[in-house]
Amino acid sequence: MNWFSAHATVFVLAIPAFGAALLAVLPGYRATARLNVMFTGLTLLSALTLVFGRPETGDFLLVDDLNIVFVILNAFVGFTTSVFSASYIAHELDTGRLTPPYLRFYHAMYQVLMFGMNLSLLANNIGLMWVAIELATLTTVMMVGIYRTHEALEAAWKYFILGSVGIALALFGTIIVYVAAQPVVGPGLDSMAWTNLILHGAKFDPALLNLAFVFLLLGYGTKVGLAPLHAWLPDAHAEGPTPISAVLSGLLLNVALHAVLRFKMLMATNAGVLAPGPMMITMGLVSLIFAAFMLYKRRDIKRMFAYSSIEHMGIITFAFGMGGALANFAGLLHMTMHSLTKSAIFFAVGHIAQVKGTQRIAEIRGLTVTHPLLGWALVLGVVAIAGLPPLGIFMSEFLIVSSTFARDPLLAIPLVFGLLVAFGALFLRLNGIVFGEPAGSTAKAEASYLPMIAHLALVLMAGIYLPGPLVAWFQNVAKLLG
Amino acid sequence: MGKLEFDIAHLFSGGLVLVSLLLLYQDRMFSLLRFFAGHAVVLSLAVALQADLQAKPALYITALIALAFKGIIIPLALYRIVVRLDLHRELETVVGVGPTMLAGIGLIGLSMIVILPLTAAADPLAREDLAFALSVLLLGLLMMITRRNAVSQVIGFMSIENGLILAATGAKGMPLVVEISVAFSILIAFIVIGVFLFRIRERFDTVDISALHSARGEQP
Repeated sequence: MNWFSAHATVFVLAIPAFGAALLAVLPGYRATARLNVMFTGLTLLSALTLVFGRPETGDFLLVDDLNIVFVILNAFVGFTTSVFSASYIAHELDTGRLTPPYLRFYHAMYQVLMFGMNLSLLANNIGLMWVAIELATLTTVMMVGIYRTHEALEAAWKYFILGSVGIALALFGTIIVYVAAQPVVGPGLDSMAWTNLILHGAKFDPALLNLAFVFLLLGYGTKVGLAPLHAWLPDAHAEGPTPISAVLSGLLLNVALHAVLRFKMLMATNAGVLAPGPMMITMGLVSLIFAAFMLYKRRDIKRMFAYSSIEHMGIITFAFGMGGALANFAGLLHMTMHSLTKSAIFFAVGHIAQVKGTQRIAEIRGLTVTHPLLGWALVLGVVAIAGLPPLGIFMSEFLIVSSTFARDPLLAIPLVFGLLVAFGALFLRLNGIVFGEPAGSTAKAEASYLPMIAHLALVLMAGIYLPGPLVAWFQNVAKLLG
Repeated sequence: MGKLEFDIAHLFSGGLVLVSLLLLYQDRMFSLLRFFAGHAVVLSLAVALQADLQAKPALYITALIALAFKGIIIPLALYRIVVRLDLHRELETVVGVGPTMLAGIGLIGLSMIVILPLTAAADPLAREDLAFALSVLLLGLLMMITRRNAVSQVIGFMSIENGLILAATGAKGMPLVVEISVAFSILIAFIVIGVFLFRIRERFDTVDISALHSARGEQP
């Protein structure tokens, strides 16, 4: 076990890389779908060994308390989504929306995406991290456009343009961080390593760090889906294959958030800089309230849950912007719960859209009558995402709201307002979808419900009882984040 | 570093900003492609000079990539796409030339005001490169906003990448890993774009993005 732990980073990166190469050349979609599940499963196993011990920090890779949380969550949701994807894709092939050559491309891209996200989380170099996020972005752009309909192409193009603008701003910020670090740490790779940056951060020029953080927050913030550069997110979620919507919402947004948090940690080492908190709080609140109102007008079910993702990323950014042990803890918990819940919702929505043959909310009615399991799973998912007890998100939202009330009651007013507005919108729409006169096809869904049920069960368990070691771990990370 | 070298470096970086401004008001497809090639050539000169000044031969590779790939291959490829697919050769603008140019000048002023006072302590050449790079970046963004046409948006995006390379080479001793990856990512980006242009062409008679907007479900 120790040997595995010491080399876990290699496995976590090499398995998806090898998987991508193999799946790109193998014909036959049934076998490749199973192999895709196998590779993500192996990645999950190697990620789990990180709990028992960790590799030494190298020039390029780094494992610390913060990114272990992200890597394991990433590997877990990646694995369950691949299980969901296998049954989803079979249906897409039957209806002729995708052809076998595209499926081969799809599975190879899925592994490239997992590789890119893991690399970005494990990178000990700000340049390498940037390259990995760009790789993940380009991969998802291609997957969003895979159906090649008008809408899919427009969504992919919009995502590509806004994503590259964000990525360009982030690279400019990265270069400024290097310019700030270079006089202190010396030229070369050392000035780009996280470990060195955090060590010497106190001696950097504060003005340069301020400037860099503005660009990094705007740039990576685009990828997190924060307003005002969020416009790509609803389109990309609505038009791409549903497994990709689940991975985008559940994982890629977190990966970009991880980058922002790392730079926030760097800012915290320097006494002379502007506090990054207020900027993050503002962006978070604007995203939350804007997305909450946008939820009311949605006519497309996937687009609606995409706006709900913007809303929750706003809440999480707000929590990390508040800072302090409690708010950071709540932010981490909320991020984990949101990933699990939102991907479960997208699993349900994927099956619903397949049996009903439409994503329009008006054409989906009375789901609890025609498809009880799917209908009630969606109810449970929406109850969770809206933040009702006893599910996990209730706990994290409660912690965020109560810690905000304790420290800055004025800020709690817009926060609670946004939460309530979103709550109303979600239940208004949910009511029409799951109850009332059934409409549309009543065909049985041929789907694997296991990933959906597993996610919802975890969220329910977390809401009732959080294991002690996990709480201790999150508290430790929250302290690290400052 | 002597005064002369500094002035020449200044000339090249300033030239890049100037060509960015020129890109803003082109209203014909082919002249836009020609000016973009010029943009890449100026960039490669600036990078080659940095390679000489910093005595980092590796930077010559970056200069060569900029010259060969973005100065020659990509403009030629785009030229062929435009001819083959018989795309519109006139470029429509959302905003008129006058206001666009004024906005561009304003953005250049803004980047000087933001960068120069903040970086007083940094190496003089690096800080000027940063200021110029920010101008190129903002001008590229402006171009992407004021043009509806997919090809102009691609060119705007690549001019932003050029600005970023200028900033990266201006920062002394920035590792080569990043530079190559920057060049590499542009390559990937271009493949993606190429694929998209072809796919879009299959479905529509135009690569004018506004024609795609009617396909949206949510908007009127």
